[in-house]
Amino acid sequence: MGTLSRQAAIVGVDESDQIGRIPEKSSLQQHMEASYNALADAGLSIKDVDAVYCAATSPLTIAEYFGITPRHTDGTSVGGSSFVIHVAHALEAIAAGRCEVALITHGEAGRSQRRSGGADMGTPGAQYELPFGIASPPMTYAMACTRYMHLYGEDRTRQAMAEVAMATRKWANLNPKAFFYQEKMTFDDYHNSRWVVWPFHLPDCCLTTDGGGACVVVSPEVARSCRKKPVWVLGAGEGHDHSMISQMPDLTRTIAYLSGREAMRTAGVSHRDIDLAMIYDSFTYTVLTTLESLGFCGRGEAPDFVAEQRTAPGGDFAMNTNGGGLSYCHTGMYGMFLLLEATRQLRGECGPRQVQDCKLSLVNGTGGNLSSTGTLVLAAD
Amino acid sequence: MSTQPQAAQQRYTGPVPLPQQESDYYWQKCKQHELWLRFCNHCSEAYFYPRDICPNCFSRQTTWVKASGKGELYTFAIVHQIPRPNYQGPLPYIIAMVKLVEGPTMPTSIVGVEPDPQYIKIGMPVEVTFEDITENISLPKFKPA
Ligand SMILES: [Zn+2]
Repeated sequence: MGTLSRQAAIVGVDESDQIGRIPEKSSLQQHMEASYNALADAGLSIKDVDAVYCAATSPLTIAEYFGITPRHTDGTSVGGSSFVIHVAHALEAIAAGRCEVALITHGEAGRSQRRSGGADMGTPGAQYELPFGIASPPMTYAMACTRYMHLYGEDRTRQAMAEVAMATRKWANLNPKAFFYQEKMTFDDYHNSRWVVWPFHLPDCCLTTDGGGACVVVSPEVARSCRKKPVWVLGAGEGHDHSMISQMPDLTRTIAYLSGREAMRTAGVSHRDIDLAMIYDSFTYTVLTTLESLGFCGRGEAPDFVAEQRTAPGGDFAMNTNGGGLSYCHTGMYGMFLLLEATRQLRGECGPRQVQDCKLSLVNGTGGNLSSTGTLVLAAD
Repeated sequence: MSTQPQAAQQRYTGPVPLPQQESDYYWQKCKQHELWLRFCNHCSEAYFYPRDICPNCFSRQTTWVKASGKGELYTFAIVHQIPRPNYQGPLPYIIAMVKLVEGPTMPTSIVGVEPDPQYIKIGMPVEVTFEDITENISLPKFKPA
């Protein structure tokens, strides 16, 4: 993809009008608000949009609701990483001349949506995992984490999880949009909190909130006419290696070991070039295994890598500066919000939480049960 | 509140698997309290979950083999809270993966031990035990061997 580098740019990002607890709005309303706001951020009109990208919700539904007739569509839906992967697919489509303005949209009433019954009990997951009470991500990720603790030490893993939770909360305390903006946390708070699924304390688990986010990806020509400076897509990689947690080939390594390598190779950058890491933090443990899989450190070394609040404000490895899925917002498919923060940081819009001289950001989304990853390298103009 | 705890325990209200054509045999054997695995005649590997194609070599030359029901605990977690109402059961409970002596790793839950990490060790020997949840479905759970 070397030739695709810088062939597309992110020019508009935003959340829905409000995120957090929004019980009165549907997922579609969240989609609409976020897209409306992101297009305004770009200085583009809905009439400019010629491609629609979304996950979970059908692109048919979105395009109809928005009143547009796209000439290019991508409904890749592989969990929370989907939107990160959409950016890579938009880059390819734009470079191939299939579209010029791709609207990637997400909306989810993750907290407030009423769920209907009638699940398909014939799927492999419903036959072989659900009846045993393996019923949701905190459970599946927890089993991967226990294995990690067994291999690399329970106490140092526990401390690393607390470090990640704390550092991420400190970033949230600098972001007025964060769910936990005004709530401080201490190490004692972490260790004294209740168990959700051992080995996960409550602060090891992401929030469940309502909200939407959208991201506009355009051709270099369109990018020059937009309101703000473009954020360039330098490199991308994606992959998945299982769906159910019991089918994961290696419980302590995600497919980011390939998608990260591909993203950095195509971008022509190395780890030490990265100014900001946006790492999907569905759980504190997800961060540890992802840092290792991406090659920021060796296997079993993440506890040393994140020690002593290295990823907190003032530390030398800026990570999840919006407050993350742990403390800012997590609708269910959080990957979109990684893109929003990376774009804002690369534009220098982040006020008290701004990373100095932020030129290059690595974004890694993880979806399913540690199943899929998408990695991007994004650059300031 | 209930004065008949035994009766309450017998009433299973959790999710019930819906066997498919390729897994009918698996669930029929579970009902007889036997654990059977799909086996690939091409690469000579047993695999889980039961399906008509070998996930190791994509061969359709597959058959069934009876498993010993023995293995070791590969990993586990202890569920204290259920975030989504898609499963109901007494809390806390132990979810796990067991590595069978035949090779495959399978998801399950662990019974017959306190749901406390000090009593549950990865690598400990376990063996299958079946729980009859309906007339036709028995779940292969594992207990310390
Ligand atoms: Zn085979």
